[in-house]
Amino acid sequence: MSEIMLGGFPLDLLLLQLLTGVALGAIYVLVGIGLSLIFGLMNVVNFAHGAFFMAGAYVGVFLYGYTGSFWLSLVAAPLAMGGLGFAVERVLVRPLYGRGIDDPLLLTFGLSYVMIEGVRIAFGLTGLPFGAPPELRGGIDIGVGYFPLYRLFLIAFSLAVVGALWLFVERTSFGLVIRAGARDPQIVQVLGIRIARVWLAIFGLGCGLAGLAGILAAPLQGVTPEMGVPVLAEAFVVTVVGGMGSLAGAVLAGLIVGIVVAMTSLVAPDMTKMAIFALMALVLLVRPRGLLGRQGALG
Amino acid sequence: MTRAFDRRGLLQGGAAASALALAAPAVLRSAVAQAGPIRIGFPVPLTGAFGAEANDQVRAAQLAIKEFNEGGGFDGRMAELLVRDDKLNPGEAATRTLELIEKDRVAFLVGGLSAAVTLSINNVSRERGVIYNSITQSDAINEAKDFGRTTFHEALNPHMTAGAVGRHVFAKSGKRVAFLSADYAYGHEMMRGFKRAGEAFGSQVVADIRHPIGASDYSAFLPRIAALKPDVLCLCNFGRDQVVSIQQATEFGLKRTTKLVAPVLLFTSRKAGGEAFDGVVGGTSYYWRLEDTVPSAKALNDRFRAAYAGAVPSDYGALGYAGVRSVLEAVKAAKSIETDKVVAAMEGLKVDFYKGPQSFRTCDHQSIQSVLIVESKSKNMKTPDDVFTILGTEGPDERFLRGCDELGHKA
Amino acid sequence: MTVQTIARADVRGADAAPAARPGSGRRGRWLALASRHRVALTLAFLVVFPWIAPYQALAANILVLGLYALGFNLLFGYTGLLSFGHAAFLGGGAYGCGIAIVQYGWHPVPALIAGTVLATGIAAVMGALAIRTRGIYFAMTTLALSMCVYYAFYQAEAFTGGENGLRGINVARLDLLSLSLDLLDPTVKYYCVLAVVGLAVWLFSRLLSSPFGAALEAIRENENRAIACGYDVQRMKLVAFILSGALCGLAGALQAIHLSIVPIETLHYATSGQAVMMALLGGMGTFFGPFVGAATFLLLQDGLTSLTSHWQLFVGAIFIAFVLFLPLGIWGEVLARLRRARL
Repeated sequence: MSEIMLGGFPLDLLLLQLLTGVALGAIYVLVGIGLSLIFGLMNVVNFAHGAFFMAGAYVGVFLYGYTGSFWLSLVAAPLAMGGLGFAVERVLVRPLYGRGIDDPLLLTFGLSYVMIEGVRIAFGLTGLPFGAPPELRGGIDIGVGYFPLYRLFLIAFSLAVVGALWLFVERTSFGLVIRAGARDPQIVQVLGIRIARVWLAIFGLGCGLAGLAGILAAPLQGVTPEMGVPVLAEAFVVTVVGGMGSLAGAVLAGLIVGIVVAMTSLVAPDMTKMAIFALMALVLLVRPRGLLGRQGALG
Repeated sequence: MTRAFDRRGLLQGGAAASALALAAPAVLRSAVAQAGPIRIGFPVPLTGAFGAEANDQVRAAQLAIKEFNEGGGFDGRMAELLVRDDKLNPGEAATRTLELIEKDRVAFLVGGLSAAVTLSINNVSRERGVIYNSITQSDAINEAKDFGRTTFHEALNPHMTAGAVGRHVFAKSGKRVAFLSADYAYGHEMMRGFKRAGEAFGSQVVADIRHPIGASDYSAFLPRIAALKPDVLCLCNFGRDQVVSIQQATEFGLKRTTKLVAPVLLFTSRKAGGEAFDGVVGGTSYYWRLEDTVPSAKALNDRFRAAYAGAVPSDYGALGYAGVRSVLEAVKAAKSIETDKVVAAMEGLKVDFYKGPQSFRTCDHQSIQSVLIVESKSKNMKTPDDVFTILGTEGPDERFLRGCDELGHKA
Repeated sequence: MTVQTIARADVRGADAAPAARPGSGRRGRWLALASRHRVALTLAFLVVFPWIAPYQALAANILVLGLYALGFNLLFGYTGLLSFGHAAFLGGGAYGCGIAIVQYGWHPVPALIAGTVLATGIAAVMGALAIRTRGIYFAMTTLALSMCVYYAFYQAEAFTGGENGLRGINVARLDLLSLSLDLLDPTVKYYCVLAVVGLAVWLFSRLLSSPFGAALEAIRENENRAIACGYDVQRMKLVAFILSGALCGLAGALQAIHLSIVPIETLHYATSGQAVMMALLGGMGTFFGPFVGAATFLLLQDGLTSLTSHWQLFVGAIFIAFVLFLPLGIWGEVLARLRRARL
């Protein structure tokens, strides 16, 4: 290990820490995209986002117990959460459109209570142990230090998912409808496209992404019914910092938040949690639309 | 009819009613009922992250009540357990304690899990002169600031547990220790106990890292620790924090170079963490395999198995039993349920309920008892509950507690 | 926020009852009378409340949280600003009062004032920063800022006790003028809390009836129009924010004395969420609604807890049902029905 120092820390450690931050950021990016899409395009604040994260993790862990295939869980968790998201939007959220921005927020707030308790009833109070699947266990020496293999996988997989999403939004016709719906929902309806269907899809997609993030996070920390609660706050931070409704913003913000957490842990570990809220406050006060948000988007 | 008359009339009426209520003779506060069942209030977090422990504590406490009643009770009076859910929230615990004391007129209180909650219950009960036997870890409850004549502490405190583990570990392994502690009172207390034990061995602290309580990701802290290659990594945290930090420390390959130590190893945490815990050494107040060497442990386990379909009590669960039993034994010894007499009787108790000899130190009412040193395993398990190997027991010794004067008690 | 327009009429009380309205005779007159004396009626009910509630400590909790919800309602129901940071005021008031008593040995009455002042100060700073934003950004800003307050108090362990909470707020006797009241008696404590809450409620009523109160509602209904009418909307929002903080701070100070501790959870955003829940359950934009909401919330929890350990499922489901079917809240619905009957 080289002995170059920077600010009192060995350079190798700083680089390792940076990579750790990127791995952390991967999860933040996925939850942030989901929340940002739902808010940016539907004006709905999904307070149950953390609950979908948690439920997706549970679905994945449960399936893994039966099939032994992590890959199957990776597919099943987002699909299950997407489906649940469809149902929630159709039955609970749709009646609230036109009523004011607070009602879906309040409804999803209550929904999170129901979902968390539901999981407690189904799976117990203490949570389930879960680790990385055997093929992704252990770590490798990446030059600057020993880094867990699973976290490298996490970075790569998230990159692939983000890439797929980008292709979807930029290159498909449905993605075009999404972008148009974000700009001006009324014109989209005038053009004969049913905006209700678009919103149903967005909500489902957002919840599905949360579920995917959940199952990806499960090997890092196991699963408990409360695991989604801090994630909600973190998702809000990412959404605000990146700009509501912006995919690129969520990606950028997720990475920034991850790196901020990792670096703060190095220099002032007890301040890590405060750091992200301070960052959120700072962005809200200085540039409320976020790094890449649209101008005038409820600013 | 005029507005002015109605309003004035209403206000006058209201004022009169209030004055009457205030002037009325004060309702006797916590007047312990002189007849009828002996009520013991039992606030525990039935909902929330430690629901499993709390339910175990309720079952164990009910066992103690049953034994007392089957033995004839006291003076023909039977004991009754009033269980309340404090939701692991100190504000809710305070409300529940007020309910138990004011409405239910309990004679005694036992319970609380988490330091913040136990201190909250203690604060309310000592103001009203009701005996409270705390069954959760806390150093603060021994200190003069929080102490009251009616405060008793059945459980171990972090200082004792961490000290015992430290003395065991440093005798066997290297002296370079890194700390990863949850940044709250309990984490600091564990660290202090472990450090102090290490001083006698000439241990050297190579890292002192505090993490926010409830952190779900320790990846930011672990590379730095791994780079230092300490002999011992002491994880001063509890519950889920401990499960996740041990899982991730294993993931980062720390076990290759370092001995992982957790001053307090919770039974349910080990069950939640699974094989990631293998090789981790820690301390606990009770583990059911103690029955191999201690007869009273076997007696408790057998009764528990008989009552609850073969289950064994967990560490915190057994405290539910001991906490209630201590109070009831004191009632029998004092031949009274009057607070002063029971306090004196409890101070004089020398018993062996389930783990060996125990007694309360007079200055701070801390229960002096043994600490078990255990190591996690996931192979060679006799039953699914056989998750630890008992490496040793540090016998009850007042020297391992912090001094009375250090805690602020006047001689 | 069109939901609020229906409940609006309740607030203005006497001024809203035009003489020529064809009410259903006697019932209409009783209702008009009731709405003019809403403060007195509220207080009369609260005087007998301890005998209705399961136990006095819970009744006192309902008063305290009712005041908290009332303060929140000033901002949400009457001004139209949804804040997720009100825990900072409840907690600020609680810690201010608690620290004054524990560290400096103050008498409870100046300690209550100290707590309220601290909360007001926090509200002034938070408000100055947050008012610049609108809508959901306002909610997020208040959330973020209140979490910063939470961490600050958490770290100041020497003053606040950190995660263990602030203990030792033991006020056994209240010596006031020539009276010496035994606060360890639950009934006495309840009436003392009621006295303070009653005063706050009366002040709140005066505020709402004032031109300032009407202007706040104008802002809620249509901010741009209010600006066009010449109101300094930003300044008024800030004043409403600060007053809301003061009311919540007083509630917090009372809670500190009632429970004799301040848990750190008081400052967490989950406590802010409680204010939102209570206001919604009771009826936002109504006067009595917050107390109804607090009572409903606490009694529901208390009742459900003794029935099942899965009470959170039911609380969440009930909350969802309210949002979907009873958006006006219990009291809001009651008022709306009475009004329809009156016509």
